[in-house]
Amino acid sequence: MTDNLRVKSSKFIDETYKISFKFNSKTYYGYKGDTLASALLANNIHLVGRSFKYHRPRGIMTAGSEEPNAIVQLHKDTSRTEPNVRATEIEIYEGLEASSQNCWPSVNFDLGGINNFLSPVLPAGFYYKTFMWPASFWEKYEYFIRKSAGLGKSPSEPDPDIYEHKYIHCDVLIIGAGISGIIAAKTSAKNGFKTLLVDEKPYLGGSTIYQNSEHFKINNQISSSWLEKEINEIKKIDNLEIKIRTSVAAFHGYNFLLARESLTDHLPLHQRDEKVRHRLLKIRAKKVISATGSLERPLIFDNNDRPGILLSSAIEKYSNFFGVACGQKNVLFTNNDSAYETAMSLFQKGINIKAIIDNREEVDSKLVKEIEKNNIKVYKGYTVVDTFGYKKINKISIMQLSKDGQKVIGSKISIDCDCLGMSGGWTPAVHLFTQSGGKLRFRDDDQVFIPGIYPSDQISIGSCNGDFTLDEILIGISKKLKDFLDIKKTDYENLEIQSHFNKTKRNIWLLPSNKIIGKTKPFVDYQNDATAKDIKLALREGFRSIEHVKRYTTTGMGTDQGKLGNMHALGIISETAGSKMGELGTTTFRPPYTPLTFGTIVGRNVGEYFDVFRKTPIHDWHVENKAKFENVGQWKRAWFYPRKNEGMHEAVQRESKAARDSAGILDASTLGKIDIQGTDASEFLNRVYTNAWSKLAIGKCRYGLMLNEDGMVYDDGVTTRLDENHYIMTTTTGGAATVLGKLEDYLQTEWPELDVYLTSVTDHYATISVCGPNSKKIISKVIPDIDLSDEKFPHMSFKNTKIGKVKCRVMRISFTGEQSYEINVQANYGRSVWERCMQAGKEFNITPYGTETMHLLRAEKGFIIVGQDTDATMTPIDLQMDWIVSKKKYDFIGKRSLYRSDTIREDRKQLIGLVTENPKEVLEEGAQIVEDASKSPVEMLGHVTSSYYSPNLEKSIALGVVKGGKNMMGQKLIIPMENKQINVTVTDPVFLDKENKRLNA
Amino acid sequence: MFLIHCPYCGEREQSEFKAGGEAHIVRPKQPTELSDDQWAEYLFMRKNIKGVQFERWVHTHGCRKWFNMVRDTSNDEIKAIYKMGEKPPTKYK
Ligand SMILES: [Zn+2]
Repeated sequence: MTDNLRVKSSKFIDETYKISFKFNSKTYYGYKGDTLASALLANNIHLVGRSFKYHRPRGIMTAGSEEPNAIVQLHKDTSRTEPNVRATEIEIYEGLEASSQNCWPSVNFDLGGINNFLSPVLPAGFYYKTFMWPASFWEKYEYFIRKSAGLGKSPSEPDPDIYEHKYIHCDVLIIGAGISGIIAAKTSAKNGFKTLLVDEKPYLGGSTIYQNSEHFKINNQISSSWLEKEINEIKKIDNLEIKIRTSVAAFHGYNFLLARESLTDHLPLHQRDEKVRHRLLKIRAKKVISATGSLERPLIFDNNDRPGILLSSAIEKYSNFFGVACGQKNVLFTNNDSAYETAMSLFQKGINIKAIIDNREEVDSKLVKEIEKNNIKVYKGYTVVDTFGYKKINKISIMQLSKDGQKVIGSKISIDCDCLGMSGGWTPAVHLFTQSGGKLRFRDDDQVFIPGIYPSDQISIGSCNGDFTLDEILIGISKKLKDFLDIKKTDYENLEIQSHFNKTKRNIWLLPSNKIIGKTKPFVDYQNDATAKDIKLALREGFRSIEHVKRYTTTGMGTDQGKLGNMHALGIISETAGSKMGELGTTTFRPPYTPLTFGTIVGRNVGEYFDVFRKTPIHDWHVENKAKFENVGQWKRAWFYPRKNEGMHEAVQRESKAARDSAGILDASTLGKIDIQGTDASEFLNRVYTNAWSKLAIGKCRYGLMLNEDGMVYDDGVTTRLDENHYIMTTTTGGAATVLGKLEDYLQTEWPELDVYLTSVTDHYATISVCGPNSKKIISKVIPDIDLSDEKFPHMSFKNTKIGKVKCRVMRISFTGEQSYEINVQANYGRSVWERCMQAGKEFNITPYGTETMHLLRAEKGFIIVGQDTDATMTPIDLQMDWIVSKKKYDFIGKRSLYRSDTIREDRKQLIGLVTENPKEVLEEGAQIVEDASKSPVEMLGHVTSSYYSPNLEKSIALGVVKGGKNMMGQKLIIPMENKQINVTVTDPVFLDKENKRLNA
Repeated sequence: MFLIHCPYCGEREQSEFKAGGEAHIVRPKQPTELSDDQWAEYLFMRKNIKGVQFERWVHTHGCRKWFNMVRDTSNDEIKAIYKMGEKPPTKYK
């Protein structure tokens, strides 16, 4: 460690615990307690990355989550590697490996740096303006842009870590464990509220905990000592839960918050196995206290981005908390008293301060006087106009400000330095408050936005509420907490506070320069390389809304969401446009406050738990018999059962033929089943289906079509009358839940007078459908007691019966056009009944078939599948199903819409059949149908909805919808494909057995 | 995410509920008597208010009951909840 800048042992750093880590492949050492940033600074490394657009060398700027520059790629291996990790947040651990991002080939020699010299041709909106044309060039640009402009690399292997979600309900949530948060937590918990205190940092106490100045005292103790005692006390309170390393990502309405608790990121890799890495906390709090603190503002001047330029408060933290000097020749640049606090801290530690540049002309606070007393040169009424040093700052030049602060006057003074601290005052961290829907208020005195109107039961306290100094924070806190928590008394009624901080500030958003703005680079958004010049350009080009300027210049659109520079952007806009800051509004801060990993968001919902799926009671049999499955809604349905060497086509052809030639068996358990009971059940069905139901005899089944109120087909299925006031309705597999919901809606809201009860019984029954000419023989073997003669058990009827001792319902209904029986049995007997059918059907070559064969068979018969042959624009008339629409019924859902001027149009798309000129040619589902492809623009008449090769008809068949198709029987149409045209003829949609002879064959 | 007070179950997370559009649109008793325009008025026309809006909600993953809600769409404040068939609170009209 040649460049050790460790200045003084700090109680927050364990110097007995040395940790080695790698940065850009070189090994360094730090101590337990260090962040990667503090450890790098201790090794005198400032340069950590390159900027996004100009590839300018960039260094560590802050000591917290607002860091725009020091973002690194963590880990080497392809599954754990993580981009955009802020070096200021990651705690070092043995074996840590980090590297710079956004530089190629290396951070010290970066080809993209040439952009910096090209910057006159890279103004705001450059990417929009340039890469829009010519479009064909995009491919060429893209390669280089991606290579040189990306922010890090994403992992290429699955994430091996474990993540989880947890719900937390509490009375009071306190966000931020600085001095305000600690006071609030203790007060809340001691008054019996179930309290949760969270902080993103690995320690409690915020910035007060490393405040060692005699100038800030509480009850005559140095503020940090006082706070330490408070912290020790709150740790003993039972109903107070404290979570460190927990960053609140989102604050939604009704006090619902998401927070990420980081559990293993600070541990050596070998200690992380089997442990949860991140936990997403879903917090519902009765009351929320935001004590999120504030962020120091940078100052905007030419070349304010060089490595070695930090926020003044960061320099103070590195020295006080981490015991690291950021430089040996420090200069501070400020417009308020904060930098003098930093100066005092450095001075006490013996760290050299060369000068303080203060925008203010007259400053005589106690802090300033003390600095001057110690012979530190203070330039009052001056500003920095330029900085020098490519990979690290080595010199600044300063000039005097004019009285109005608009110009610089006099001559330049140069000052050598290796570190420059900036303080532009403070910005309350109101991000979470605004996320929750809170409205901000602009405070003119010191140009800050503070919480104005609260949208839920919450308050903001401390510096996030604009109370920046120790006395401001503490004087009102007791009353605020009493009012908010509705309590009588706190421990903080009469604190004795000593705070020597002068609040005057000279706010100049864009500091003047001796150069014209076009020749300067005053960065506003460091991460996205947006400068004040870009903002002014955007305004010149006519952008006015802050949201537009933001997108055009990309200000505030980086991973840090512009935490440092957004206020300056607003300030520059309002100054340039001559509008008032408070009236301009602010840009919206969106969740998450700091980036979340995808792992945290998905938690345990990965792999097979990504989405739940439903299995039928016969599922395992399908698996054992090598079925391929398809997803239908959440169901896994057997799709086809390939035998050796069979592909899907061969399997489906075989299954389809077997079902018509002898016997097929289908697991139809997924069909939705709704049990309908009540004295008004028949009337209810009359109202929800298009056809009439009152006269359906007990023991009979009927097919029904359900419409939406707009007349469009919504669902279909067979409903059976089990008894006088008892029906069982079947719905499509995918429609089961929504149909039930719709029926309940009508019952509860339109027809509450009807005596009807609906129960979903989909999961209660297994449904086995046996079809084909030999189906009757098979069923007679499975259920010998039942009379299967066509007289006693005709098509569209049902019987209650038993298989052994097990009750079952058998319906004689058909979706294939073959004679078929559907056995419904209590779900847990499903597999054994299925196997009995297989056993009984063995001599008839009973063939299990899946959904694909089912679709083919029904297409041969011209039966529609709702959702495949229909979308939400098809009426029953369009489907040529006029026969199912009752003319006699006074009303049913959708009836009135069937004769709206739009639904009676003759040229609506209507369902038709299609056969190809070449019977071997199978159409593609979704293919367009046209009449004349030669004249342009080609009029699209419709499209193919279902298409198969029918092994039973030995030709290609298809269903489609075509404008005015009903009246086009026999007409020739064209299906234009990529490199050919297919000639088709319009036919009736029923291809097989128009007379329905097979039903009773 | 809202906390919704189901009139039958009590306070529950929004994820248990579904919104069902504007409330108090009564299905015409005699649709066949209506002109196309009158039917279209019932079928298609819905308000989209910035401010206080009357809505239907259903406790899908709970009691499955429909109820009405008065909600300020500008800040998502739920002002009132009442059962189907009950009169809407007049003060928000
Ligand atoms: Zn409920």
